[in-house]
Amino acid sequence: MAYECNGTTVEADEEGYLTDISLWNPELAALIAVGENIEMGDDHWEVVNFLRDYYEEYQIAPAVRVLTKVIKKTLGADKGNSKYLYELFPYGPAKQACKIAGLPKPTGCI
Amino acid sequence: MADYETIPINTLFEIPALNPGAMKNSSPFVAAPLHQEALGFPGELVDDWQARAIEKLGELLKKSRALQVYMDSCVKCGACTDKCHYFLGTGDPKNMPVARQDLLRKIYRRYFTFAGKYFPKLVGAEDLTKEVLDDWYSYFHQCSQCRRCSVYCPYGIDTAEISMAAREIMDHIGKGQKYCNEILGKVHQIGNNLGLPEKALIHTLADLEEDIEEETGVKVRIPVNKKGADILLVTPSADFFAEPHVDGLIGYAKVFHQAGVSWTLSSYASEAANFAMFIGSYEQMKLVAERIRKAAEELGVKRIIFGECGHAWRVAYSFLNTLAGPFDFLDSDYPVPQHICEFTWDLIQKGELNLDKSKNDHMTLTFHDSCNVARGSRMGDSPGGQFKIPRAIIKACCNNFVDMAADTIGETTFCCGGGGGLLTDDLMEIRTKGASPRMQALKDVVDEHGVTHMAAICAICKSQFAKVMPSYGFDMDSVVSVHQLISNAIILDGQVQ
Repeated sequence: MAYECNGTTVEADEEGYLTDISLWNPELAALIAVGENIEMGDDHWEVVNFLRDYYEEYQIAPAVRVLTKVIKKTLGADKGNSKYLYELFPYGPAKQACKIAGLPKPTGCI
Repeated sequence: MADYETIPINTLFEIPALNPGAMKNSSPFVAAPLHQEALGFPGELVDDWQARAIEKLGELLKKSRALQVYMDSCVKCGACTDKCHYFLGTGDPKNMPVARQDLLRKIYRRYFTFAGKYFPKLVGAEDLTKEVLDDWYSYFHQCSQCRRCSVYCPYGIDTAEISMAAREIMDHIGKGQKYCNEILGKVHQIGNNLGLPEKALIHTLADLEEDIEEETGVKVRIPVNKKGADILLVTPSADFFAEPHVDGLIGYAKVFHQAGVSWTLSSYASEAANFAMFIGSYEQMKLVAERIRKAAEELGVKRIIFGECGHAWRVAYSFLNTLAGPFDFLDSDYPVPQHICEFTWDLIQKGELNLDKSKNDHMTLTFHDSCNVARGSRMGDSPGGQFKIPRAIIKACCNNFVDMAADTIGETTFCCGGGGGLLTDDLMEIRTKGASPRMQALKDVVDEHGVTHMAAICAICKSQFAKVMPSYGFDMDSVVSVHQLISNAIILDGQVQ
């Protein structure tokens, strides 16, 4: 599949993950989110931006536990849990948020 | 989210009405050329796929006497027909084990038996057509290779072996499955199924050490690549990443700490899983297994312990010595390899763990036997140890434990619905439907005995249940790791209460 964003075509795999992660931009993220029935708010962006920063450093998305800890620090204790992350990204913070952040899908027994 | 309906779980143990073709369109994504070629398979379906498939089947029949016997010995008695969780969850007759076997058997008969060559119609033999290949791809990826049907087969026909052979053939003609083959590539390239590089692994573990210290006041270490450690822990990479797996990993770390043993993980062999078994590739299975030997030798360990992973334990317990042995450099006073449950149970029996059962009083537990542990391995030194030991551990750290119905656990346990290389989003419908027999058995003990949580010792089972349980009205966090329960209950020396 592919996304049409600002007049350019961005290739993605069968599930909608970008094939070239360098082509990501915030407008594209918002477009991918629409396909996931997610309206991006500040908290969504907080997660997506953290995922991208983490990926840049470690070449993979963070473990759910690492993510919840960071969210706890930035958004407060009431939001620092996986339940809240699932409210933001109902299909799972790892997979759905990675898709919106333009990162590869985490694979394995997860 | 789901645009399909599951069979209501109060009617499950009735055999569902036949629904021919119901799951015909359930097929996983095909592996891209990149993922195929990394494993030495053709990038895409080859032009002469039919001839090459038949040739490969012939080769497998020669190599595996078991496969030949499975092809020849079915008498169509029907004992297996209602034993597969995917049949019970979908009603699709091609998910009856005998029908799944027949997808390969009819081709075997056509090209490898006298009767099938000359009188195909009389013996149910068929040409290998594109339609048959499509059915193979669809229905051999609706088998989790759990082997429940083989328990009931009077001839012991193992549908898992047949489905592995079919997937092996499909890989060799260029029609592999994306999920398994992409993952195997990551194991070779990065060291684990997740694609978790060493730097990220070290960071994640340091983070967990911080959490444990915050919780207990005790500096519990989770060492990586520590040369000269006594024990190498090989565990599924999901233990570093997902919930509730990571709580199990914390449990192992606390147990090792309290036992006072020196142990380490390896970033090179940072994965217990061996998906090569799912695709039936002996060559790949050997390559993946050899990583563990290499890590053990390089780190100079004396023992290898496996974490909570179902099929990894089958490969470790049943095949590791053949694939990567002999392990004569390890300490022969201990099992080679050992399961983390054996290690923990041994300490519990010696009274070396201080367990406060009341810490798990907010839960009533049941235990899901994982298929590959239940039917493909053993634990301890007596028959049935793989059933007794995990339960003994749970009972040692929890006051409330209830088993599910006898014909849904132990040797006849139902698969979680996500095993055998099916734990992928593109197979969510079959995964959800296939979980229904387990969900029914769980619901029964929830209703009758107030069970709140189900423990498991397999990364696939844990992820699968966390994903599909909400479809059946259970919370996603009602599946827990066995060592998570230990982690809750254990009082470490010097722990802040």
